[in-house]
Amino acid sequence: MTQDPPANAGALLSFLEASPFARKMGVSCAVAGDEILATLPFDEMLIGNARIRALHGGAMAAFLELTATARLYLVADLKRPPKIIDITVDYLRQGKAADLFAEASIVKLGRRMASVHAEAWQAERAKPVVALTAHFLVREDDPNAA
Amino acid sequence: MSEEGREVTASEKDFRTLFAENKNKVTSAVPFVRSLGFTVTEVTKTKVHGRLPYRDDLVGDPETGVVASGVITTILDSLCGMSCGLKLNAFMPVATLDLRIDYMRPAAPLVDILAEAECYHATRSVCFTRAIAYQGERDRMIASAAAAFAITGRPIDRKAVT
Repeated sequence: MTQDPPANAGALLSFLEASPFARKMGVSCAVAGDEILATLPFDEMLIGNARIRALHGGAMAAFLELTATARLYLVADLKRPPKIIDITVDYLRQGKAADLFAEASIVKLGRRMASVHAEAWQAERAKPVVALTAHFLVREDDPNAA
Repeated sequence: MSEEGREVTASEKDFRTLFAENKNKVTSAVPFVRSLGFTVTEVTKTKVHGRLPYRDDLVGDPETGVVASGVITTILDSLCGMSCGLKLNAFMPVATLDLRIDYMRPAAPLVDILAEAECYHATRSVCFTRAIAYQGERDRMIASAAAAFAITGRPIDRKAVT
């Protein structure tokens, strides 16, 4: 770690705190050194299929996007929230009407771009429910950059 | 849609007509879609169209007022799922297998987001769909999506939907 973890953890948590959509979803995040554990507490609002009481695929993807973004805050000194470029989401199991947990890992952090992988699970960490790979623009082109 | 002055029963109606007539019920039955305020506005032969009015609680970054990418993800995923029915000519239960979204530009604040989706191919077990989200003109795209859905069961009873 070249950055100061507590300072970046503060930026991460204030990003989640300030984001209306992250607050609406109820996303919380625990920072453990350079790792994070994100939680999406179950809420009836998150249901996508009322008949089988499954979580909405979009809600789960949105949660993983937030987890990936939060993870980037820890490792990059971000002045602005990173701009998301694209996502690929794999739906591996049905999301049940229960809390969803997620962690994210940085696949590559370049000067301008970052690739982040995130996975969400419920009862068992070894049985992921959703996986996401996202690309972000972490720094706009700056001709004066070193 | 009536023929020869006779009332057409639900089972005789084509799926698109039934979907169009019940478009508000289709979205209000999905809690997360309802919580975003997203509605289906039009059902054509091949496409489902929807609208997301701008709302403060959907904003990702309060400094810019831009709607969170996760909101766009949700409406495109939902709309893609709904488009499967048009290809299968029935309310089939489907589950997203995978979803790819390109975010081309941030959504302009205070402006409604429009979206449309189509299922361009279906097999016995899988539906292939694509969708776009835009603001104002259709070519002012903010995101595009490609999603595959697994058909997870038998057709849902039309009476249960309507």
